[in-house]
Amino acid sequence: MQPAQILHPRPEGLYAPAADLYIDPTRPVARALITHGHSDHARAGHGAVLATKETLAIMGARCGPGFAGSTQALAYGEEITIGGVRFSLRPAGHVLGSAQALAECGGTRVAASGDYKRHPDPTCPPFEIMPCDVFITEATFALPVFTHPSADHEVMKLLDSVALFPERAHIVGAYALGKAQRVMATLRACGWDKPIYAHGALLAVTELYREFGVDLGDVRPVQDAPKSFYAGAIVLAPPSALQTPWVRRFPDPATCFASGWMRIRARARQRGVELPLVISDHADWPDLQRTILETGAGEIWITHGEADALAHWCAQQGLNAKALHLVGYGDEEAEGAAA
Amino acid sequence: MNRFAALLDRLAYEPRRLGKLALLETYFRDTPDPDRGWALAAMTGALNFKNAKAGLIRTLAAERTDPVLFALSYDFVGDLAETVSLMWPADSARANATLSLSDVVEGLQTTPKGELPGRVAAWLDRLDENGRWALLKLITGALRIGVSARLARTALARLGGREPDEIEDVWHADAPPYLKLFAWLEGRGPAPSANTSVRFYPPMLSHPIEPEALEDFDPAEFCAEWKWDGIRVQAAAGIDAYGQRAAHLFTRTGEDASDAFPDLVGAFDFEAVLDGELLIRREGRVQDFNTLQQRLNRKSATAKLMAEFPAFIRVYDLLALGKEDLRALPFAARREQLESFAAAHPFAPIDLSPLISFNTWDELAAARAKPADGGAGVDAEAVEGVMIKRRDAPYLAGRPKGYWFKWKRDPMAIDAVLMYAQRGSGKRSSYYSDYTFGVWSGDELTPVGKAYFGFTDEELAELDRFVRANTLNRFGPVREVTHTKAKGLVLEVAFEGLQRSRRHKSGLAMRFPRISRIRWDKPPRDADTLDTLEQLLQRGETAEG
Repeated sequence: MQPAQILHPRPEGLYAPAADLYIDPTRPVARALITHGHSDHARAGHGAVLATKETLAIMGARCGPGFAGSTQALAYGEEITIGGVRFSLRPAGHVLGSAQALAECGGTRVAASGDYKRHPDPTCPPFEIMPCDVFITEATFALPVFTHPSADHEVMKLLDSVALFPERAHIVGAYALGKAQRVMATLRACGWDKPIYAHGALLAVTELYREFGVDLGDVRPVQDAPKSFYAGAIVLAPPSALQTPWVRRFPDPATCFASGWMRIRARARQRGVELPLVISDHADWPDLQRTILETGAGEIWITHGEADALAHWCAQQGLNAKALHLVGYGDEEAEGAAA
Repeated sequence: MNRFAALLDRLAYEPRRLGKLALLETYFRDTPDPDRGWALAAMTGALNFKNAKAGLIRTLAAERTDPVLFALSYDFVGDLAETVSLMWPADSARANATLSLSDVVEGLQTTPKGELPGRVAAWLDRLDENGRWALLKLITGALRIGVSARLARTALARLGGREPDEIEDVWHADAPPYLKLFAWLEGRGPAPSANTSVRFYPPMLSHPIEPEALEDFDPAEFCAEWKWDGIRVQAAAGIDAYGQRAAHLFTRTGEDASDAFPDLVGAFDFEAVLDGELLIRREGRVQDFNTLQQRLNRKSATAKLMAEFPAFIRVYDLLALGKEDLRALPFAARREQLESFAAAHPFAPIDLSPLISFNTWDELAAARAKPADGGAGVDAEAVEGVMIKRRDAPYLAGRPKGYWFKWKRDPMAIDAVLMYAQRGSGKRSSYYSDYTFGVWSGDELTPVGKAYFGFTDEELAELDRFVRANTLNRFGPVREVTHTKAKGLVLEVAFEGLQRSRRHKSGLAMRFPRISRIRWDKPPRDADTLDTLEQLLQRGETAEG
């Protein structure tokens, strides 16, 4: 069977015609498979939604209980056959509940990886390789300039700065779903045992992580307190809050930002970031290459990001690569440009 | 190299001046010679490697990286040194922390051209990505870490418990890696002294004065000159501390601007240090600041730029002649020597700033009001007031009281309406602190300028609140605020001058606009019109023309 008969791009997203099902559709459709809970992939208003139970819970928390007509949970490794196509999910290592979707039919295997990373993340199970014929990959950081350092290394940078400026509050911009909880968990792993303060916008998802058994220690909401109360504190906030009056409640706030984009100095400076933390939930350039080779796929479809560079590299490896130019997928790591 | 790389990295992200000073002071204190001296040289622009330039980096990138991926990456990152440092194929097995800044600097200076690419590539293999960035920044020369030469010398002053001007006095007596300088700062040696006068002298600055205050002074004890609207510079040429012929152009903060003005510096045929104003002269008349700005804005001095914007220095003081420091002499005596100096150097790119003849303060006031008739002639457009100097004043660094005064022309002011506000940076990053304002042209507002100072911290907080509460649209860091005839905010904007400009929609450009008052009381419909500005402009043109 031709891979394109199993799955092919349409304006709404990747479409499986035999199953009449879309993967991460950007517009409301009858049947959707959702890889993970970030808002550009997980939109409200679909008829039926198939996803991991964690992703369903995240969608419920972010979009409200009526986000879809009906929902069905699929565990990692479990299989479901729809219209003759066998679907299964494997961990993508991106955020809690994130999954790659494998669609199999007539011995042909197409894997849609969604967003993924290979670096360790204490808040979600690690990425699993799925051997396949077609590997559909993101390319958010597909340039040789992107080699992410370890998250521990970056968090130690933050702790060093906190020790150097005990009179200041360190405000860390981190995307509300995934990045914020990963930073919290990494802080704990690096020995930070004081309370972590969180902006109100982070609390619901953080609580959800806790319910799914992810231990984040003592996380407290930011409350009205004299400035000096936050001296030496680490405060997490959505990136969009960094340039709002909200930060004025803290003593001499040091602006930090956890994102893969922080590797580029100009990006950090444009945002007025004092301490860039290169922590990304997307695969970096070496990991994109490694993953593509490990899947054994002969054909690579690229959904979004720096498709030209990745397609060029694939061609050099003798792999058949094409850019799908799917629109509507943003990049949560760049969120917060406009306040 | 690690320490230097870490310093550059921290400085690049530190927005606060005091934070930068603290980082520099700590680095100078904790880093041994000669590394700290080379770092100082790198930050003050005193390093120049004959064979190691940006071209070398491109060559290495072409050898070690895929050309398509390099082009895509460079396009994304936008900085050559940063792109190569990030994508250089790392070899962590060979990483070696013992490479010192001195090894690198001395290697860049002494390695023969043919061996240099191999040498630099071997270093890049041994450094981590931050170290690679620092090395490549050394080669390209533009560090872009927000540290001026003056700031670096201020940090040295803090290290040694001295005044920044004391550092200037010894700066040119030592050369990289500044061993004598650090020894003196740490109390281990005498102040470096040089058998030369070719150096930067911290400039003497003036106090503003009001006409009423002049009545207390006897006009006979003073000289007056035009205050030219250019940039303050020092021209220094002669034999330096090492017996070499040297020529420099310094800005008022001691930055060496020689590279941007090779047409001037190359023509310094004298042994002296002159204080004066850098100006542009076209068709026999000195141009306004707006024209000068067009040359200042360009990074490299091309032949075309130099021909289009011919620069010269209008000199008004002589600080050193030959090897002799003249600063202790009274102004009148220095002026006498300056006049004979200028007469003896007809081919140098300088001319003498004339004295204004006056017997009473009223006569000076008349000249100031109409410079064209008061002696400035065709150059009147470049006059921004008068300077009044005591005949017996020595030349003293800084702003000493009672010697030099500036009597500026009265600022102009208009009432304009706030149209857009942009977030500031650093300490102001959560505040909307840059304001675009407009005046009425019929029923529409036309933007006429942008101002980001003139208000107090309390006023800034109030302006910020107004912007947030009256936002119409958002464009990235910019907000459009309500500006109808009935609703909006009127700002009284003061400025130093008005010029025609084709680059602005209004056809006008303001000089030094600032918020002088916030008119919470005034409805936008009562703000000024473009016609008012046009009249101000024409009045200026006829008064000076």
